[in-house]
Amino acid sequence: MDRLVDLAQMLRSKNSGPFLITLDVFFSEEETYRRVFESGVITASNICRLYHLKESELCGIYFFDAALGIKITYHRSVSSGSCGDSDVYGAQQHAPLMELLIP
Amino acid sequence: MKSLKVLSPCGILGYGFPDSSFAAGLNDRPDAIVVDAGSTDAGPHKLGAKTAIVSRMAAKKDLKRIILGGWELKIPVIIGSAGGSGGKSHVEWTLDIIEEILRENPTVRPKTAIIWADIPNEEILTKLSQGKVKALDATVLPLDAQILQETTGVVAQMGVEPILKVLSQGADLIVCGRAYDPAPLAAVGVNAGFDPALSYHLGKVLECGALCCNPGTTKDCMMGVLYEDCFEVYPCDSKRKCTTLSVAAHTFYEKDHPYLLHGPGIEMDLSHCTFTQIGENRVRVQGSCMEATDPYWIKLEGARKVAYRTFVVAGVRDPLLISKIEEVEDLVRQSVVEQYQDIDESLYTINFLNYGKNGVMGALEPNDQAGHELCVVFEVLANTQDLASSLCSSVRSTFMHYGYEGRKSTAGNLAFPFAPSDVNFGAVYEFSVYHLMEIEDPSALFPSQWWEKGGR
Repeated sequence: MDRLVDLAQMLRSKNSGPFLITLDVFFSEEETYRRVFESGVITASNICRLYHLKESELCGIYFFDAALGIKITYHRSVSSGSCGDSDVYGAQQHAPLMELLIP
Repeated sequence: MKSLKVLSPCGILGYGFPDSSFAAGLNDRPDAIVVDAGSTDAGPHKLGAKTAIVSRMAAKKDLKRIILGGWELKIPVIIGSAGGSGGKSHVEWTLDIIEEILRENPTVRPKTAIIWADIPNEEILTKLSQGKVKALDATVLPLDAQILQETTGVVAQMGVEPILKVLSQGADLIVCGRAYDPAPLAAVGVNAGFDPALSYHLGKVLECGALCCNPGTTKDCMMGVLYEDCFEVYPCDSKRKCTTLSVAAHTFYEKDHPYLLHGPGIEMDLSHCTFTQIGENRVRVQGSCMEATDPYWIKLEGARKVAYRTFVVAGVRDPLLISKIEEVEDLVRQSVVEQYQDIDESLYTINFLNYGKNGVMGALEPNDQAGHELCVVFEVLANTQDLASSLCSSVRSTFMHYGYEGRKSTAGNLAFPFAPSDVNFGAVYEFSVYHLMEIEDPSALFPSQWWEKGGR
């Protein structure tokens, strides 16, 4: 088992507009990307469990072969910069994803 | 082979860029300089309160170099989303700086166009009544007359069309109000007859400056070269490199979907793109697709004031308090509510953020194991600054001396780094308008004019 952070070349979070947060994971080797893709770990139920999200709050999980990348987008509970927000740019929401274990 | 070069000096006007990179960029003879000044990243406050993202000094420093550089090469300069949010006051703030630069450099007389992006409420209300406005996202409130009334001003993101109009009339300098980030750069490509899909995709890659490089930064210059069937990007600073990963990753950046991107009147499909390494620092991109959408949608943005805030930053080192921090905070909150029974509870909110436990992610945090010390930020949000300030003072004094069960440290619970400890923050805004509106003419709501203080 390897942690996703150790397999990825880039792993980050950011706002996609003020109402969504998007997590990006990129790999430098196609083999590693395939391994993560085929592991079946990056699923809606696992992401929802990890991020304490309801399935309805998850907008989508996308695998993009051409860029060897994975994108996960979900709704913010509070829009960027408004009352109750704690990450205006959404730039520090990726850490839990780093710890996912990939067989 | 026909080609067109566009220089992107930095990610946001005012973020700065090295003189050496900019000089190297100019030395490569670009056909235009395009800089994006805007973002909604910093939250709704800049738009709502009509303030800028960067300081006037920083904006002037960048603007001066860009305007003089463009004038020297006799190439157009385009500024997208002037002043950050691209509303009337933001555009005027930018024009005021440009006026100062031109006054200090009297031989520089660029023929200057302004394109406004403010959308009148009456226009939106008419479209609303026709069912031509929709929320961009399920969590955005439906728009109504009252929300519009409370919103401090609505802007919309322009596409290439209004920019093309003034570019084709020989503008040397174009100051755009709110624009779709890639649109100003795309307009240069489309105006010269290049493929709109490649032009928009190049705009998307370069709108953050050298963030599409490795190492990435918004504070350095990039060059984009459009060809008939592809485009190439390379950094102007030899310390950086474009790699297929860094460029592909930037295509993903800040977008909800990896290869479907929506802009004013367009949908880009980048699923068939290929990214090819050319030499060690340049990447070629091919296969970008784009379709015009029918109807033509523009994105509206607006913010309204929702509260006033007073906050306190404090440290906690006592392990007994750390072990029950949330329980104690709840008791502090309850105590303050009881102290102010005469004040309607719906007029205020008391929040605690516990850094070192779950301050960044709150309820989404899977690991809320506390460290050996916590930074506690607490705030009161209320309908007036005076109420926020008064209540926060009570939260602070109650928290400081709260005698929780099992306490051994009876002299005080909080370590304040600053005196005074309470900070009046001012107004808090929220994005109240973030909707799509259907329009017929892509330029009609973005009127342009020639600036009387520019050249002829």
